[in-house]
Amino acid sequence: MVEAKRIEPEKAEFWRWPETYWVNPAIDWHKGKFVTVGVDVGSVSSKCVIMVDGAVYAYSSMRTGSDSPDSAWKVVNWALKDTDMKVDNFDYCIGTGYGRVNVPMAQQTITEIACHARGANFMYGPEVRTVLDMGGQDCKAIRCDDRGKVLKFMMNDKCAAGTGRGMEVFADLIRVPVWEIGPRSFQTQKEPEMISSTCVVFAKSEVVGLLQEGVPENEIMAAYCAAMAHRIAELLNRLGIEEKFAITGGIAKNEGVVKRLEKELGVKTMDRVWFNKDMRTSKIPFDTMVAGAIGAALFAQAMLERGRVKSARKA
Amino acid sequence: MIANYGFKDGSGDWFVIVDTDRCNGCGRCVEACPANVLEVGDDEFDPFREEPVLKVREEERKKVRYSCAPCRPGFGQEPPPCVVACETQAISHSEGWKVLYGKE
Repeated sequence: MVEAKRIEPEKAEFWRWPETYWVNPAIDWHKGKFVTVGVDVGSVSSKCVIMVDGAVYAYSSMRTGSDSPDSAWKVVNWALKDTDMKVDNFDYCIGTGYGRVNVPMAQQTITEIACHARGANFMYGPEVRTVLDMGGQDCKAIRCDDRGKVLKFMMNDKCAAGTGRGMEVFADLIRVPVWEIGPRSFQTQKEPEMISSTCVVFAKSEVVGLLQEGVPENEIMAAYCAAMAHRIAELLNRLGIEEKFAITGGIAKNEGVVKRLEKELGVKTMDRVWFNKDMRTSKIPFDTMVAGAIGAALFAQAMLERGRVKSARKA
Repeated sequence: MIANYGFKDGSGDWFVIVDTDRCNGCGRCVEACPANVLEVGDDEFDPFREEPVLKVREEERKKVRYSCAPCRPGFGQEPPPCVVACETQAISHSEGWKVLYGKE
């Protein structure tokens, strides 16, 4: 008798993007006056940025678990991993993002819209007028002034269409790592028609249909990226774009969506390099995901400098 | 700041638009609103603003389409009560209701 063989399932997780952490070796935090921290607990990823007198000292980004306070602790401890800093050394900590009310070490919370505008202002420079935050579960279009103050905003958080979560679902379905979708969406001869469904669940079944028809994978990726760009463009057109235009959040790393969005809007996005000269030379990677946390840390710095809050440093 | 509270979906734009530079935080619109959609409090989007400002209540932001529909914002004979109550003309509504229900 032939024994039935059990096939072990593949364990690859295609939606899983790389989690990172960085420390800036050029900064000695002991000499700094203020250590300010921004913790951005988003729907998909948690980010923590530690700033010393307005310069990025360390940051980390990882997945949000089912427990928000636990995710906040994890991401903070990860940012502190290669440093001799302790949570007690924080002067002021501000929580932001969807899970902002559940950040145990934060003294205050600020909405992610204000933080992203401020963060984009620091990362891309004061010339930014329109910020698009493409997050894990929502999409925000923000207009701001040269100090990163919000002038107008619009949010699309009713459904997951056109967000990072949608892209993760798609990556898992098509079995391509999520960071390869952008480059591979250009490796096709013709630009296909975009996926017509708005809803992620319907889009998923539409993609299954296309796969079974034998449409090449790369072409489906192009179709999905185009659909996502189209959805975001609608929101931006409603708000009105003013140059210069910058994108923050996880989807900003997906060239397939960004390039198609530029084409649809007829507006170039800003180069993804640090505006700050010291930051450019420090070789810290420009991670658009941490913009919100940078904004939160900058708000903390501004509040301490203006004397609106007292330092909460314990050690 | 122009704050757009609400959402956009396949059926249209559903936003209650507050011009926070015009709003003086008097709260007359809050009393006038029959659906209890509005509130006056700290500015969530500008941490440095000292004065209270009008905003749409957090739990109402995803359902303004339905909460605001009985007042017929943007069409009908009279403007909605919140707009009438506001002396500084800080409140307006997007076109969703007008487009969907406004055709006589």
